[in-house]
Amino acid sequence: MAEKLFGASIKRREDPRLITGKGQFVDDVRLPGTLHAAFVRSPHAHARIRSIDAGAAKKLKGVVAVYTGKELVASGVKPIPVGWLIPNMKVPAHHPLAVDRARYMGDAVAVVIADSPYVARDAAELVEVDYEPLPVVADPAKAVQRGAPAVHDEAGDNVCFKWQLGDKAATDKAFAGAAKVVKQSFRNHRLIPNAIEPRASLASANPGTGETTLWVTTQNPHVHRLIMAAFVLGIPEHKLRVISPDVGGGFGSKIFIYPEECVVTWASRALSRPVKWTAERRESFLTDAHGRDHYSDAEMALSADGRILALRVNTIANMGAYLSLFAPAIPTYLYGTLLAGAYQTPAIHVDVTAVFTHTTPVDAYRGAGRPEACYLIERMVDLAAGELGIDPIEFRRKNFIGKDKFPYQTPVAVMYDSGNYQGALDKALEAFDYPAFRKEQEQTRKKGRYVGVGFSTYVEACGLAPSQVAGALGAQAGLYESATVRVHPTGKVTVFTGSHSHGQGHETTFAQVAADELQIPMEDVEIVHGDTGQVPFGMGTYGSRSGPVGTAAIYMGTQKIKEKAKKIAAHLLEASEADVVYEGGKFSVKGSPGRSKTFGDVALMAYLAHNMPKNLEPGLEAISFFDPGNFVFPFGTHICVVEVMRDTGQVKVLRYLAVDDLGRVINPMIVDGMVHGGVAQGVSQALWEHAEYDENGQLITGSFMNYAMPHADDLPSVQVDRTETPSPVNPLGIKGAGETGTIASTPAVANAVMDALSPLGIKHIDMPLTPGRIWEALRGR
Amino acid sequence: MYSAPFEYHAPATLAEAIALLGRYGDEAKVLAGSQSLVPLMKLRLAQPAHLVDLRKIEGLTGVREAQGTLFIGALTTHAAVAASELVRAKLPMAAEAANLIGDAQVRNLGTIGGSLAHADPAADWPAVLTALDASVVVAGPRGEKTVKLEQLIVGPLTTALEPGELLTQIRIPLPPARTAGAYEKLPNPASRFAIVGVAAEVSLDAKGVVQWSRIALTGLGSKVTRAGYVEKALQGKPADAAAVKAASARAAEGLELRPDLIGSAAYKAQLASVYTERAVLRASARARER
Repeated sequence: MAEKLFGASIKRREDPRLITGKGQFVDDVRLPGTLHAAFVRSPHAHARIRSIDAGAAKKLKGVVAVYTGKELVASGVKPIPVGWLIPNMKVPAHHPLAVDRARYMGDAVAVVIADSPYVARDAAELVEVDYEPLPVVADPAKAVQRGAPAVHDEAGDNVCFKWQLGDKAATDKAFAGAAKVVKQSFRNHRLIPNAIEPRASLASANPGTGETTLWVTTQNPHVHRLIMAAFVLGIPEHKLRVISPDVGGGFGSKIFIYPEECVVTWASRALSRPVKWTAERRESFLTDAHGRDHYSDAEMALSADGRILALRVNTIANMGAYLSLFAPAIPTYLYGTLLAGAYQTPAIHVDVTAVFTHTTPVDAYRGAGRPEACYLIERMVDLAAGELGIDPIEFRRKNFIGKDKFPYQTPVAVMYDSGNYQGALDKALEAFDYPAFRKEQEQTRKKGRYVGVGFSTYVEACGLAPSQVAGALGAQAGLYESATVRVHPTGKVTVFTGSHSHGQGHETTFAQVAADELQIPMEDVEIVHGDTGQVPFGMGTYGSRSGPVGTAAIYMGTQKIKEKAKKIAAHLLEASEADVVYEGGKFSVKGSPGRSKTFGDVALMAYLAHNMPKNLEPGLEAISFFDPGNFVFPFGTHICVVEVMRDTGQVKVLRYLAVDDLGRVINPMIVDGMVHGGVAQGVSQALWEHAEYDENGQLITGSFMNYAMPHADDLPSVQVDRTETPSPVNPLGIKGAGETGTIASTPAVANAVMDALSPLGIKHIDMPLTPGRIWEALRGR
Repeated sequence: MYSAPFEYHAPATLAEAIALLGRYGDEAKVLAGSQSLVPLMKLRLAQPAHLVDLRKIEGLTGVREAQGTLFIGALTTHAAVAASELVRAKLPMAAEAANLIGDAQVRNLGTIGGSLAHADPAADWPAVLTALDASVVVAGPRGEKTVKLEQLIVGPLTTALEPGELLTQIRIPLPPARTAGAYEKLPNPASRFAIVGVAAEVSLDAKGVVQWSRIALTGLGSKVTRAGYVEKALQGKPADAAAVKAASARAAEGLELRPDLIGSAAYKAQLASVYTERAVLRASARARER
């Protein structure tokens, strides 16, 4: 073991399997006698279910059963609970199958179970549902207006909860004394996650043992097991095993407990046959939890010399028709707490109204709350600089939290762990050559071309989360992570992690950490995840937590292993433990390197146990739970250059630079990829992606024909660089990397477009910045 | 995505195919490249009881030239058209348009005849082949006939093909000297169909004056439309920047433009002008060199 693995760009071990079609996804799991489910979904956004006639469907050859919401309730199936509670929040029942009313287009009202997916789908078309269409409200701003149709009787005004954070009096006072106030309204539009693998579940109940196994596309199998067992289906937790095999992307959408896996599991137990469901792409569009969907009014108070004095934000957040698992946390603790950004803003107050509408539920989507906060702040900072006539870079420098101020307590509850915002900005500007750009921009403007630059000096929070803090804030779960490090008699190691990989590359990065710490070859380490039957209770992967929390648990486990191994080695070497050192995979006695025991020697003895220290148990295995003391706060500077076409409103992204500070990085190549992908998603929100409902609550962007995903040829090569400010929160100094690209890039693009259009007097256009919208804003200018 | 049940037929001859279509009438659909019909079937928006696959029939693919005409088999893929040396040399507009259709997968499977028979109002081929004054050969129970492209497409997803009729070949008259075309397209960022596509074929005299032009727009209306005003305005004018700009300003005249997610009617009119101008300028530049 010469080279350190931590920090090395090692190719992903999982890729040969995945790119040669040898992955094992849920739909690839084939069990004999499997039945297939097809869901009958409401075509209406809001309708009373007068009756459901499954007669014709049941007569179709191959159909085994048809179930309705009423039948599920009668058999004891409970509503799907919410995992994060806000005080005075309304929690209407979310039945896996709608019982009396359908509340969004795609709401499942019945399920057909049949011999084949084709027959199931044929039969689903034969189920006759008598709907009485009811008035619809799809827009969250309209939902809170007087007289809007109520989504749930228990929330007649459609308000799910009201939440606020920050010192209102101090904020009001700062505004009263401000030299200038900048105001802007923002629409942060709705997105659809579109993981490449659609959601799928396969449940297999064993009537002999009473055990049920559920293969499901989840980012957190233990959370799935706990909620489905304890809350929805009433299965003893130890009788339900949840396996999440290879999963093709989640972006948050596979965190949540969805109706389909509950129904499939219940049906398998009812029929004593395996039951499978794989979403059709149309169902993914309609039923995967959507992201974003805010209306915000923001005001920033400024001093005459260009300092931010206060920020006031009022946000309406769309929850959709039902509360998805973590929905309440997104526009609150993952949004309001990030509104300080990278700036010393003495007073901040944010008021959030979460509302129900007749739309698909909204929950975490890559970044989850933080992109909404970052977009708002970074746009406001540019607007403020423009208003004051100060260069946006100068304005940022003036207001940055200095690197000597950490840990830094913000006025919105969180304490930033470490940072050097100026450092990242300087590095980015150096690579970019800002003065040269501005000169060139002047030249291009004279030629009638509109080129602009946008900056985003973002901060985000990840590494969810200190359990005690999360609990105090309403989380119905702890947010630590687990790891079991099992050393086998031959010295090979299996690491069982509670984190889950659905594209992140854990099989590689986690092995790098474990092999490094144990000083053994990476090939000797196997990473196992995604199976409640093998892995200790863990919380899964979201909020960029696998690096800062998941690997920390593995690190702690390896330390326990080394401690015990050292005891065994000392005994074998007939030396005092204090004199034994572990170097290069060998235990030796200080001063006499000739006498040594390899890691394998010690592992073998741990299991043979022929010659062990007194009072030491045989075996070499350790379990660890890492509960972080704080969030971690990655930061950085993203720079985007665009050209806007005056005649068509088209935006071309000419250049993109990202300098991120993610603390210490395990695998730079994998992290580069995360940044590339994140930037693509964030640019895509700014320019292309847009989930749109019409007035009747019909999703009019419900397929790839009209929902625009980013294409490689639309994006420039992303120039990636980093600074490194280790986090003190976890033993490896990691800050987390999975979401920074998405969070940082959207405002960088929007700021660039506005900079390009500034000679025409344009200050703001709401996203997505489609050619049609831009051209409309330019009309007559 | 599970289609409704259907019976699959793969006739070996054209006659067999026509007979099958005659037998099953409205219950049958023709399968060419599968790029439009199969997605509709998977969404169950199309539920034909019988599918007649033409891909086993010989002689429906390939490009050849004879007597001043280019013949393209209806089942020739977009990729094959784009790659054809003959097309690239004689009709560069057709090659460049073929390369802008959908994505690589669509171009490798989708066919020129399938696209015409499907008649999507935002498809590229109808505009290009209208500008090129192409005809199609239609085979049916009463034998073969030739139909001008402008008569073939009558509305959105609607052609003049009678039940039992099949499109077998596209015929394009090769242009005279100093005549060439260009295709300019703004693709929908999601579907890659044309938000607007303008195909312009321009014929110049020795002095660079426009003798005639054929300009066809796709994407903006319910079917491909000739930019009649522009064609008239250009006639007899030098194909210079000012004249082309002036003529293109009214490219959308006669089109019923509808606002949608892409933009307002005014924006669409603007796109029609901008893309017409670009297409005509590029076609003229090509024409000067031919």
